[in-house]
Amino acid sequence: MSQIFHRSTNTLARATIVGAVLLIVALGWVVWRFQSSPYITWQGVRKQQPVPFSHKHHVTGLGIDCRYCHTSVEVSSFAGIPPTKTCMNCHSQIWTNAALLEPVRQSYRSGQSLEWTRVNQLPDFVYFNHSIHVNKGVGCNTCHGPVDDMPLMYQAAPLQMGWCLDCHRAPQKNLRPREEVFNMRYQQPSSGNPVTLDGKTFTEQDALGEYLIKKYNVRVHRIHTSDGQRSVSDITACTTCHR
Amino acid sequence: MEEQRKELVVEAPKVPVMGPGHTFGTITEKISAIVLTRPTSKGWIFGFAISFMGLMMLLAALSYLFVKGVGIWGINIPVGWGFAIVNFVWWIGIGHAGTLISAILLLLRQSWRNSINRFAEAMTLFAVACAGVFPAVHVGRPWLAYWLFPYPNTMNVWPQFRSPLMWDVFAVSTYATISALFWAIGLVPDLATLRDRADSPWKRRIYGMFALGWRGSARHWHRYETMYLLLAGLATPLVLSVHTVVSFDFAIGIVPGWHTTIFPPYFVAGAIYSGFAMVLMLAIPIRKVYGLEDFITDRHLENSAKVMLATGWIVAYGYGIEAFMGWYSGDRFDAFTLWNRLHGPYAFLYFSLLSCNIFIPQLLWIRKFRTNSILLFLISFVILVGMWLERFIIVVVSLHRDFLTSSWGMFYPTRWDFMTFFGTVGLFLTAFFLFIRVLPMISIFEMRTLLPEAKVHAE
Repeated sequence: MSQIFHRSTNTLARATIVGAVLLIVALGWVVWRFQSSPYITWQGVRKQQPVPFSHKHHVTGLGIDCRYCHTSVEVSSFAGIPPTKTCMNCHSQIWTNAALLEPVRQSYRSGQSLEWTRVNQLPDFVYFNHSIHVNKGVGCNTCHGPVDDMPLMYQAAPLQMGWCLDCHRAPQKNLRPREEVFNMRYQQPSSGNPVTLDGKTFTEQDALGEYLIKKYNVRVHRIHTSDGQRSVSDITACTTCHR
Repeated sequence: MEEQRKELVVEAPKVPVMGPGHTFGTITEKISAIVLTRPTSKGWIFGFAISFMGLMMLLAALSYLFVKGVGIWGINIPVGWGFAIVNFVWWIGIGHAGTLISAILLLLRQSWRNSINRFAEAMTLFAVACAGVFPAVHVGRPWLAYWLFPYPNTMNVWPQFRSPLMWDVFAVSTYATISALFWAIGLVPDLATLRDRADSPWKRRIYGMFALGWRGSARHWHRYETMYLLLAGLATPLVLSVHTVVSFDFAIGIVPGWHTTIFPPYFVAGAIYSGFAMVLMLAIPIRKVYGLEDFITDRHLENSAKVMLATGWIVAYGYGIEAFMGWYSGDRFDAFTLWNRLHGPYAFLYFSLLSCNIFIPQLLWIRKFRTNSILLFLISFVILVGMWLERFIIVVVSLHRDFLTSSWGMFYPTRWDFMTFFGTVGLFLTAFFLFIRVLPMISIFEMRTLLPEAKVHAE
């Protein structure tokens, strides 16, 4: 009886032993990279807007505070999208004939809101509240990225659950004094750039972060245990965000 | 009476494990012919068609489930675990006999296992596959069932390792892996036999591929025996551990009727009980249809019946302890669970359970019942029904009336519950029909070792 398989089959069979493992690892890696890629997260994607509004121009160029437009960010879960009236406060005086702004004037005349395309979108099963983050010392650009440098708005962070938990599990890495929250050029403390707060000088972010966690009760709710705090699991509990 | 007791005297088996007059050649010919040369019988096609319809029914039921959600089943609050969990435990239990036969009986050198281990292992694999369907679809969003596995993910969270449901995932997936490996490794020498005897080049190639270049050299055999023993050693603890972990799904919970330490041994015994019943329900028709009475002899049937009798008594002991603890614990809720089983709305099922699992199988004390195929087949069926009822009693009857009277409820299965259950029977039988058509259902080379010619020693 003739041989069914060519001699090379032996090598092939041996190669599959290693090959199968490599293939599975490689597949896992591809899936992982795909899941974290902008294709899934929409990170860095400039979406089409009715008016090409430039945060860079308005924030860096003109020095307008975030809260001038996003009025409810300190008191509400929703930061607030400004009504056309807010735009017209200035644009009834300047660039009154700019073709680019015609949709704004049209909206003002008709009373129909501009329909902006949402950029930072969380799923409906996530409860998110802007005011609590702002009041506990999370800066705007910590999540939204360099908005003052965005001619067109894009999503800076992946907004995946792992990214949320990175901070919820170690908030000291990102906290800043409350008065610096809206400072888009804020730098974390370093030896060359100390941050002074309550008469103390901090040269390390971790020290400042730990101090702010206590000062703002970041992990603590109403219940206190023997060590005066509840564990970090408070802001990492499932029900904090999935209510 | 006293002097008649013959302790420590092992009686020689009255029926041999193989019929007379066989040689290496006749064994090989008889088993491989079923796959290679005998034409596909009408009976096979008919049986396969019926089973395949069952499989299609399963797919239909699951498709509708994916569209509508688990609300199409009879589950509700308080009975959140309905048929799905009942069927899961039932199927996974059935698998246990295969592993017991192939691993434990191998290590104990029970050579009679050689003629039933192959299809018992196949039964294990297919039963685990059927069992695996249920937890996956029961999670409600089956497309996210992979969340059960710990893997690096963009959510940065692990599954809850403190949950017995999580342990279950590991127990069952380990079980499926080891069973598949054990089965595949055990098939290698026989696949080589089929490769060498097949008439068409494609059959030779396909069998040859899975035979992994087996030539039957002394070195091959040495490695094979080592590997097989190692796998048997790995599989042996699984016989005990898998159903123990399954029982933890219940025993870790505080629901009366679940929260008891008797569960692990009683679940394991029940698993083997139902598994052997399934082995018999498969072996009896197979040996009749394919004329394999020489290989699967009355001794096999009798031994299996004895295992059922023994494990049946362990199960009966479990029921007894449950009832006893209902009274002895002094716990009102435990006592009520017992009362509810005897007098509640599902009492008729409890009495059916006692009949199927305890009373009727006592007929196996009588030798005539252990050696009569038809009676044994019927008793096996009764035991399988009984073991299904047992899981129904544990899951549904415990849940439907727990601590809070105001949240009592009833569970009524819907047509989708039944379609899914009988659908998995279709899946099981479809796989089994394919198995007996394309693979040797009895281990050819292990049967050959039973012949006197094989008992050649070097000394």
